[in-house]
Amino acid sequence: MKLRPFGSVPGPRLLALGVTAVLGACSGKPVGGLPATAASAPLPHPSSVSHASSAAAASSADDAANAARKTAFVPPAESTIPEGPYGDMVRLGRAIFTHTRENAGAYVGNGLNCSNCHLDAGRLADSAPLWAAWGMYPAYRKKNKHVNSYGERLQGCFMYSMNGKAPPLDSKELIALETYSYWMAKGAPAGTKLPGAGYPDLPKPAQAPDFARGKTVFESHCALCHGADGQGQKVAGAYVFPPLWGPDSFNWGAGMHSVDTAAGFIKANMPFSRGGSLSDQDAWDVAMYMDGHERPQDPRFTGNVAATRKAFHDNPNSPYGTEVNGHLLGSQPMKK
Amino acid sequence: MRTAAPFARLAGMFASALLLGWSPLGAAVDASTLANLGDAHGVAPCASCHGADGAGQAAAGFPRLAGLNGAYLRKQLDDFASGARENAVMKPIATALDADERKAISDYYAKLPIPAVLAKPATENSKDDSPGALLATRGRWSQQVPGCEQCHGPGGVGVGEHFPPLAGQSDVYIRNQLKAWKQGTRHNDPLDLMKHLSAALSDNDIDEVSAWFAAQPLSARGATP
Ligand code: HEC
Ligand code: HEC
Repeated sequence: MKLRPFGSVPGPRLLALGVTAVLGACSGKPVGGLPATAASAPLPHPSSVSHASSAAAASSADDAANAARKTAFVPPAESTIPEGPYGDMVRLGRAIFTHTRENAGAYVGNGLNCSNCHLDAGRLADSAPLWAAWGMYPAYRKKNKHVNSYGERLQGCFMYSMNGKAPPLDSKELIALETYSYWMAKGAPAGTKLPGAGYPDLPKPAQAPDFARGKTVFESHCALCHGADGQGQKVAGAYVFPPLWGPDSFNWGAGMHSVDTAAGFIKANMPFSRGGSLSDQDAWDVAMYMDGHERPQDPRFTGNVAATRKAFHDNPNSPYGTEVNGHLLGSQPMKK
Repeated sequence: MRTAAPFARLAGMFASALLLGWSPLGAAVDASTLANLGDAHGVAPCASCHGADGAGQAAAGFPRLAGLNGAYLRKQLDDFASGARENAVMKPIATALDADERKAISDYYAKLPIPAVLAKPATENSKDDSPGALLATRGRWSQQVPGCEQCHGPGGVGVGEHFPPLAGQSDVYIRNQLKAWKQGTRHNDPLDLMKHLSAALSDNDIDEVSAWFAAQPLSARGATP
């Protein structure tokens, strides 16, 4: 089967996708009490002065991509995490978030940390920040067809993005992650999608995302860190740069396996520290390249790739169960 | 002083080089001779600045070379020669070496053991929440600056051929590099990664983060595989 043409994306894609459900996209809608997007009402921001001083180096694409960042909710400074048992739980949550295997190893089945996809320890706008996710639950999710608590949402990350097991809802690990999120969202309005939530929605590309073009982008802009084979780079046994596919990466059930989600993340955040520098087309193409490689099986696998696609990935943005670069994705999933 | 290699040893090596038929006009000089004696085209011995053991000289801003990745070292020599990394001292030296010599001397330094003297930094490590520590470990994302460790590895031990170690370099050297990127005299970094983040750092940031890395013990957190 060929990947179906783009342009016929169903509306509620956010809910249909995995990792990024609420974290999905930035509508840029001004929210009461918060600054509007930069385009409609530029506001001074603590960082904007020094940012401007480096403007010579920054392209206008950088600025466009960072519009949400400049006006987004600013989570509390880490120096304000209090002493005592509550603060200890916040700190444990942060430690799990940034060093996931070290601190929640029983539930992790790959080489990733939460902070690989949620940059700056979950604080960065347009990188699915925790402060924007916290206030959006409980929420109905199409992915599992019921109302999910925030804890259940986190369980999903462990099962799919971390290719592991769901920590019990009353486990120390989940409570620590909830405490960390709650602390970070202090002062953010709940129940409304904040600017900078999820990953930005990229406009549809002029040309359908293409594996071969994506390979060229990968080689020139990604291989430096992620390696020519996309398997990341380690120091003393631990990944410094995460693997993008293969046995140690996220599985076929993770939201990042969707080309639109990956393209939005990549455009806003990659190359690392140079977010906004790729063209939209390059971001789509390289997302297709990344998601056009085998990775661990979707844990909901029914025993048949086509049936699994139909049940869980019936979406033009999912390459699962389609043929890419001469290979039926999902037919030879990676095992540890 | 570690830069003053014992004269007798140098003289002995010089003599054996002559015995082995090394001539002033001969082509490639072997790496250890080049490192310790220089060559006949006027290239000063690397050891006179970078130390006999390749540990560098902290106060002078001469970097450690011992144990750095060979491909990284070769790239730097190429960049000095091409001017992508402007430096009045290293340019004539790099230019005088041909491609084979650059490769040989890079491999030589890559294989040198990490000097024991670097395992224990001269300066005290600052607190985990000092400005330098925060830049090194967490960065400043409001300006798209990641934690330095996220590219240079935990404690700055270095990652592969593209991300050199910062641990084991002196604060003077690290500071000089960040300023060189800021001023545009070093413009050899892939994807402009260092140029971008250096532009966001104030002089004070640079002092703080350089001091933090200079205080990292080299062996404590593991080495690049
Ligand atoms: C006269 C002193 C001097 C001599 C002799 C010298 N160097 Fe250097 N070298 C320097 C200085 C100073 C720097 C730092 C330049 C800068 O700040 O950019 C440097 C930097 C380097 C670097 C870059 C290291 C890094 O981490 O990026 C390499 C590689 C290097 N030298 C190799 C050599 C080799 C090989 C030789 C001998 C053939 C040599 N040097 C001889 C002074 C010297
Ligand atoms: C996005 C990745 C990235 C981040 C983050 C990063 N660096 Fe670098 N850095 C590089 C690369 C790549 C090079 C090698 C440049 C070259 O090839 O010459 C480098 C080189 C350096 C060097 C030169 C080392 C030498 O031996 O000459 C210094 C010093 C340095 N970085 C300091 C820092 C500091 C301090 C920070 C944090 C404020 C930092 N870097 C953050 C990618 C990064």
